Amino acid sequence: MAERIVFKNVDVPNSQALEIYRSRGGYRALEKALKEIKPDDLIEIVKRSGLRGRGGAGFPTGLKWSFVPKESKLPKYLCCNADESEPGTFKDRVIIEKDPHLLLEGIALTCYAIGIHTAYIYIRGEMIYGARVLEQAIAEARAAGFLGKNILDSDFHLDVHVHRGAGAYICGEETALMESLEGKRGEPRVKPPFPATQGLFGGPTVINNVETLANIPDIIWKGPEWFAAIGTEKSTGTRVFGVSGHVNRPGTYELPMGVTARELIYEHAGGIRGGRQLKAFIPGGSSVPFLTEKHLDVKLDFESVAQAGSLLGSAGIIVMDDTTCMVWAALNLCHFYEHESCGQCTPCREGTRWMSVVLERIEHGKGRQEDLDLLLDVCNNIRGQTLCPFGDAALTPVESTIMLFRAEYEAHIQGKGCPFSR
Amino acid sequence: MLSQAAMEKFQQLLEHYPDKRAALLPTLHLVQSEVGYVSKEAIDHVAGLLSLTPTYVHSVASFYTMFYKEKMGKYVIQVCRTLPCALCGSQKILEYLQGKLGIEVGETTPDGTFSLVTVECLASCGTAPVIQINDDYYEGLNPEKVDRILEELSRK
Repeated sequence: MAERIVFKNVDVPNSQALEIYRSRGGYRALEKALKEIKPDDLIEIVKRSGLRGRGGAGFPTGLKWSFVPKESKLPKYLCCNADESEPGTFKDRVIIEKDPHLLLEGIALTCYAIGIHTAYIYIRGEMIYGARVLEQAIAEARAAGFLGKNILDSDFHLDVHVHRGAGAYICGEETALMESLEGKRGEPRVKPPFPATQGLFGGPTVINNVETLANIPDIIWKGPEWFAAIGTEKSTGTRVFGVSGHVNRPGTYELPMGVTARELIYEHAGGIRGGRQLKAFIPGGSSVPFLTEKHLDVKLDFESVAQAGSLLGSAGIIVMDDTTCMVWAALNLCHFYEHESCGQCTPCREGTRWMSVVLERIEHGKGRQEDLDLLLDVCNNIRGQTLCPFGDAALTPVESTIMLFRAEYEAHIQGKGCPFSR
Repeated sequence: MLSQAAMEKFQQLLEHYPDKRAALLPTLHLVQSEVGYVSKEAIDHVAGLLSLTPTYVHSVASFYTMFYKEKMGKYVIQVCRTLPCALCGSQKILEYLQGKLGIEVGETTPDGTFSLVTVECLASCGTAPVIQINDDYYEGLNPEKVDRILEELSRK
């Protein structure tokens, strides 16, 4: 089996306990860093590792950290983005529930590197069990001297707090997350200013995804060259791929970046359920364009998936077999975006609503010939016209299914109904 | 309105943030866990605790789907309807629940035991179809499992 980094402990019984984490080498990277490594050198190590954000955007982590000013009048903050809500994505929950100390060690190392003394883990409100596991782990780590004042007898101190969301997908967007954490509606902010200079409570802020932070301890302990040797040249390390939908073995698989979609779907996830044919898959959570069987040999790394016309995003792979109606799938996701739009920008708020109305009538046999151009026109009027990337995400399932499966849409319109039985 | 234990928890919460307002979501969670929903009285109470206006608290609470605006059943059954669950039969689970409980989405059984709602992706797509009932996830569902879960909860 390939080397695992963020999932290395998840199959060990009682893996969430501090003593188990310690027995498997836990917190030694933090100890080493506090004793031997200067904060700036830590940032350099993470830069050299090539680690890129695992939340979806893939921004280089070390570079993000380096944007935070060294000196600041206002306190600096770390927000761990644990608002895992992108349809098809279910990896961070595993780390949170099974290896909370790995996340805490990653948080402590990150805060030491940037000079942060308060970190918040913003966890989606529904993950009540995960929030409890984290609270318990924080209490254990504090009692053992890995968090709190004078960590491991150094002069570094850090408080970590769990902050629960309350059911709003948009709060995974980093500026909406900060708004929500400040006790407001989760509406994205205008950028600039960027969080690195003016973020949470006005202070310089770094927002990192759970999986990103969980990679930090091994990068520090084993070195950036070790990490950079895994995966591809520009997409280093492993990725936790979540495979869902019509496969025999849905689940989370930590594999080197650059594994092909075919290997992931047919070997690891056991192939298509019932021996059926694959029709389409979404490679990076619901916000990225659909791909088809002709893309099965695409390598799942940031560059290769982008070259194929989609995005690696959150690495949540949603697999659909040949019984799946693409209009129905687009409509399902369109309802999701309509429901989750924060309502701040008119093109997104109104556009998601109208796309749902039009898709609904096509799916139910009331579609008109001009509806496809109308849908594409709505897409073009959302694209780039919103404060945050949600708008572009919302139009993607609609646009990409029309591009790839136009004939299927036309069959709905001409046949006055959905040709698929459910 | 809040129990003494909840008030102690509230005091601890305030220490987590440089700004009192940031304690709003956690406080609303506290209130809902005690009262069952975010009532008009609860909004006024939370506004008082955090020196905010009731209008402001309402505007924030109404943004988030987890804060209920009305009294719900003892168990709130939340059926995930988003694509990965939908591909694995969430609609059939929803219809089964509707038939079994004799209520539509958004309704509560007359005895006040179960409410039925649909929710968006619960981040448990590998074990679809999934529902959440109050604090707990129930994964890899089929009608037989649903029967067992409902029986168990009805007995409690």
